[in-house]
Amino acid sequence: MSEPERQNEQEGQVERERERVLELRAVSKSFGGLRVLSQLDLVVHDGEIVSVIGPNGAGKTTLFNLITGLYRPDAGDILLEGRSVVGLPPWKITQRGIARTFQTLRLFLNMTVRENVMAAAYGHTKATWLESMLRLPRARREEREIRRLAEEKLGFFGERLVGYRWDQPAYSLSYANRRRLEIARATATRPRVLLLDEPAAGMNPNETLEIAELIGKLRDDGGYTILVIEHDMHVVEGISDRVVALDHGVKIAEGSFDEVATSPRVVEAYLGVRGAKEEAA
Amino acid sequence: MDVLALTPWDDWSIFIQLCVNGVTLGSVYALIALGYSMVYGILKMLNFAHGDVYMIGSFLGYFMLTSGLDGPMNLAVPIWLALTLVLLVAMLGAGLLGVAIERFAYRPLRNAPRIAPLISALGVSFFLQNSALLLFGANFRTYDAFTLDGGVLFTKGIFEAWGKDDAIALNLPLLNMLVIGGAIVLMILLTLLVARTRLGKAMRATAFDREAAAMMGINPDRVIMATFFIGSALAGAAGVMVGMLFGQVYHFMGFLAGLKGFTAAVVGGIGSIPGAMLGGLLIGMIEAFSTGYLPEGSKFQDFYVFILLIAVMLFRPTGLLGRADIAKV
Repeated sequence: MSEPERQNEQEGQVERERERVLELRAVSKSFGGLRVLSQLDLVVHDGEIVSVIGPNGAGKTTLFNLITGLYRPDAGDILLEGRSVVGLPPWKITQRGIARTFQTLRLFLNMTVRENVMAAAYGHTKATWLESMLRLPRARREEREIRRLAEEKLGFFGERLVGYRWDQPAYSLSYANRRRLEIARATATRPRVLLLDEPAAGMNPNETLEIAELIGKLRDDGGYTILVIEHDMHVVEGISDRVVALDHGVKIAEGSFDEVATSPRVVEAYLGVRGAKEEAA
Repeated sequence: MDVLALTPWDDWSIFIQLCVNGVTLGSVYALIALGYSMVYGILKMLNFAHGDVYMIGSFLGYFMLTSGLDGPMNLAVPIWLALTLVLLVAMLGAGLLGVAIERFAYRPLRNAPRIAPLISALGVSFFLQNSALLLFGANFRTYDAFTLDGGVLFTKGIFEAWGKDDAIALNLPLLNMLVIGGAIVLMILLTLLVARTRLGKAMRATAFDREAAAMMGINPDRVIMATFFIGSALAGAAGVMVGMLFGQVYHFMGFLAGLKGFTAAVVGGIGSIPGAMLGGLLIGMIEAFSTGYLPEGSKFQDFYVFILLIAVMLFRPTGLLGRADIAKV
C-alpha cells in the first residue's frame, strides 16, 4: 500500500470512528414510581449537532439534568471524552467541559450583561482573592482576559449584545436577548459540549430562524459539540445531523430528521394511534 | 416641645457627643448586620447563632488580650500591635467557628424545608451560650481598656493625640475613632471583595440562583463557606470593639446584639450589603439620640430601636435599600 493510500485509509477510519465526546450507556432514572428515563443509550460525536425531540414529559429535560449532574442516574453511565462524570457535582462537570442553557431562563438578573458572562468564566482563573482585591498584576491580567473573553462571547451575536449593552443589567434585556445571553454565558465556561434546552422557545419566526443559524455557527466557528432539545420542527430539520426521539423515557427513533419524522412510532407518540394509522394509509 | 428632655439647641457639645456615640455603636451594629445579611442573601436563612459568634469573638479577644499578651496592665507588645493581634485572633477564631457551624449544623439541612435550618440555628445559639457559660463562668469579664496604655484611649481625644491641642473643644475620643475607623476599613475591604474579586461575583451569582451558578462552574459549597467565614469574622471584630468600648463580656451578650444586628439588616434591606451598613448606622444613631433626647431614653433605648423596625416594616417591607424579588415568569 502506498503512503497516500494508507493516509486515506486512516482518514476514512477517523471519519467512521469519530470521537465519542458524550456517551450515555443504559441510563435510567425514576422519581418515586415514575420511570422518567429507561435504559437510554446516546452517543454524540465530535462536532455533531444532535437534537432530542419528544412530547412533553418524554424525559428530555431530565436527560439534561442527568448529564449536568443535577440528578444522579439510578443505573447506567455517562461519559465525557471517555471518562465517567456520574457522581461529580455540577460545577465540576461544567469545569470538565459541559455547559447548558435552561428552558426557563436562569440568568443572574442581579448582574450586568457582561458580569453574567464573566461569572461563568472564573472557573479557569488562578488569582487569589487578595490579589484581586488589591488589583495586583496577575489579577489585573486575568480580569482583563476574562473581560475580553466575555466581550468576545457576547460579540458572537453580532451587534445585539455589545457596546452599551455590556453594562446594562441583565433584567433590562428583551426575552430573545436573554436567550442569547444564556448561550453566551454557557460558552464562557469553555465547554466541549453545549446543551441547549429549547433555545427557540417563545421566539418569533424571525428570531427562530436566526437562532437556527446561530446554532450552526456555534458548531462551525465555535467548535462546540451540541446536544439540543427543541420543539420547533423547522429548527430541528434545519440544524440536526441526527435526531433522537424520546417518548415516556424510551428512545423510540434515531437517525436523520426525515427518518425520525416519518417513523410510525414517532407519529404515534405525537398524534396518537389513529394518527399513525392514517399516516400509514 | 416639652416631650423632649433636652433639645440639641440646649447644648451642642452634647449633640456632637451623641453623634459620636451613635456612629460608634452604628459601626458595631453594621458589622454584625453584614453577617446576617450576607448569609441571608446566599442561603435565604436567618443565622440566629450569629450573635453568639460575636460573643465568642469577644471572648477570644479578651483572652488574647489578658492571657496572650499579659494585658491590659503589662502589655507584652506595643499597644498598636496588641490591638491588631487581638482583632486578628478574634476575627480568625469567629470566622472558623462560623465555617464549622455551617458545615455541621446547616449544610446537612441545605435541602430541607426552610424551617429546619432556622431551628438548627436556634439550637446552635443555645449550644454556644451554654458552652460559654460552662467554660468561662457566669461572671462578667472586662477588657479593662481604661488601664490600657494608661487610659490614653479613653482620655485623649483624636486631635489631642495628633498634637493639635487647639481643637480640644471638639473632643472625639480616640477609642471611638479607632472603632469607627476600623469598621470603615473592614467595610471598604468587604465592598472591594464583592465588587472586584471572582469570589464576589461568585457570591452574587450563588445568591441569585445557586443551581444555575453551579452549572456555570461555580462551587457553591466553597462560596457559602467563604460567606460564613467573612460574615463571622466581621462579627468577631464587632465583639472586640464592644469589649473595648463597654468592657462587659459575658455569655449572654450575643442575644441583644444579635437581635439588633438582625434589626439593622432588616431595616436596611436584608440581603443588601450597603443596606446592612445603613441599617446599622441608623440603629446606632437612634439608640444614641434616644438616650440623649427622648423621655426615659436611657432606659427605653431598645424600645425606640424596635419601634423603628416596626415602622420600616410597615412602610417599606423590603427595607430601606432592599429590592423586592423579581418575579420569575
